[in-house]
Amino acid sequence: MPIAHITELFRASLDFQKFLDHIPMGVLIVNPERHILCVNHGFEALTGFSADQALGLPCRDILRSRQCMLHCPVQKALDTGETQSLETDIISRDRQRIPVRMTIAALHDNQGKTCGFIETLEDLRPFRELGEKQRQAYSFSKVVGRSPQMEKIFQILPVLAQSDASVLITGETGTGKDLVAEALHQSSERSRGPFIKVNCGALPETLMESELFGHMKGAFTGAHENKPGRFRLAHGGTLFLTEIGDLSLSLQVKLLTFLDDRIIYPLGSTKGFPANVRIIAATHRNLEAMVKEGLFRQDLLFRLNVARVHLPSLREREDDIRLLLDHFLITFNQHLKKSLKGYTPEALKILLAYHFPGNVRELRNIVEYAVNVCPKNTIEISHLPAYLTSIAFSQESAPEKSHPAFFSPQATEASWNTVERQMILNALVQAGGRKSKAATLLGWGRSTLWRKIKQYGIDA
Amino acid sequence: MEKILIPIYNQDIAPRFDLATEVVILIREAGNPLPEERMMVLPQASAEQLCHLILSDGISTLICGGIEEEYFQYLSWKKVRILDSVIGPWRKAADLFMEGRLKAGDILRKRRMEGLDGA
Repeated sequence: MPIAHITELFRASLDFQKFLDHIPMGVLIVNPERHILCVNHGFEALTGFSADQALGLPCRDILRSRQCMLHCPVQKALDTGETQSLETDIISRDRQRIPVRMTIAALHDNQGKTCGFIETLEDLRPFRELGEKQRQAYSFSKVVGRSPQMEKIFQILPVLAQSDASVLITGETGTGKDLVAEALHQSSERSRGPFIKVNCGALPETLMESELFGHMKGAFTGAHENKPGRFRLAHGGTLFLTEIGDLSLSLQVKLLTFLDDRIIYPLGSTKGFPANVRIIAATHRNLEAMVKEGLFRQDLLFRLNVARVHLPSLREREDDIRLLLDHFLITFNQHLKKSLKGYTPEALKILLAYHFPGNVRELRNIVEYAVNVCPKNTIEISHLPAYLTSIAFSQESAPEKSHPAFFSPQATEASWNTVERQMILNALVQAGGRKSKAATLLGWGRSTLWRKIKQYGIDA
Repeated sequence: MEKILIPIYNQDIAPRFDLATEVVILIREAGNPLPEERMMVLPQASAEQLCHLILSDGISTLICGGIEEEYFQYLSWKKVRILDSVIGPWRKAADLFMEGRLKAGDILRKRRMEGLDGA
């Protein structure tokens, strides 16, 4: 087997073969006619063909990649003069189909003439396995649900993932906004780029500006060195701005400017940086209401609201509660190496009747707790968090005890605000519209009732 | 009568079984040294369709380039003899097969080495 050498790089000529063998991926060098001139150990291990078998043959016969059969990437590199990088698969000598990332670059002689190509093959199997794990965590199929509301979301998410439009995700806390944002990134063409998450409510305004847009050395006291900023870090990927409703008005203007120009200006810099970043924003706040109150810029809302995903609360997708209970039971069974079969009818009754103000996150935590605590095969009432069972008891006993007229079966499943509003209305009806009597019935002072009436916008 | 199928790519054995869109079927009658050649262009590349063609057409031997283990095992189980990882012109492979001298993994192509050829 010939040993090629590179001259003039070092004083002594370099043993090119040994140099190639140290590279931890498959490398082959072909001539302009695409005949293999040189391969390394990584290539031999990946394809199963030894150097003796491969040398002098067209790379297509040895590589056996899908791309070779469709559009020869070496030809494309020759035509365009650009390095080609693509994902494809090869069939090894031992009949395994191996996903690979293939990169082809032209080699030029000292006159700039193309004298061959270097091809590298990166085995993607470890990444695919990792990807499987990630998919389990982020993929749309793992945003579990079979209710009509969720089905609509499942239909729209793959479409949104393929576009590059800004996305606004809204929904109560615990509905899975972060999960959806990450899933959108993972399924998009930017998935190999970074996914940077910024909580807009986590830092004071001045720090947030520097955090988002970066700063130059000396921009302010304490700015001892250049800082790139989250926008720059997310270059080529996705920037996820969570709790966008908490962003200050001045930063909203800066964000607006970026969405228009796609250029960021770090603090203290006059030179802009064109950041190729996709923005995904999320909030649990009602941005339309905030716009009316002057707390959120309408023009920013319009720009973020290119595509909107509203994640329904668990109360709005009650059909999914049973599904999620079983789903998380299986998940935590696997995590905690347990083999719980399910829930007793009594425990299930409590869980299905609970209104889950913390949504899926709360449900998940309840199941995790129960699976941890349960020493038997089936989750019983005693294995549920105490606050659930106490609520259940109070719901059972409360109607007889104090306010029989103010609770209805539907009320137990609605949020407290809805219940309280209904209580006030019922009390007012029972009191014939007299507020003082209604307040007595409710056990409140008149001013409390007046304040609550105003809060809920009841026209009394 | 013996039928041999070779997935082809221009004049060569197709480097991959699953991506071949053209096959040649050689039909060897007892006592006739020259086999009948039948070319077939497939509507699309598909390993499943090729397996179906091999089985429905009563092919006894498959000569091919790279083939996935799954299809290799399936066709072997169906009693199809497979000579895989054969590299080179399909006619040369067919001739060698007819002479009983072709083996799996045979490289029938002339090697071309830049540094050595030119020297």
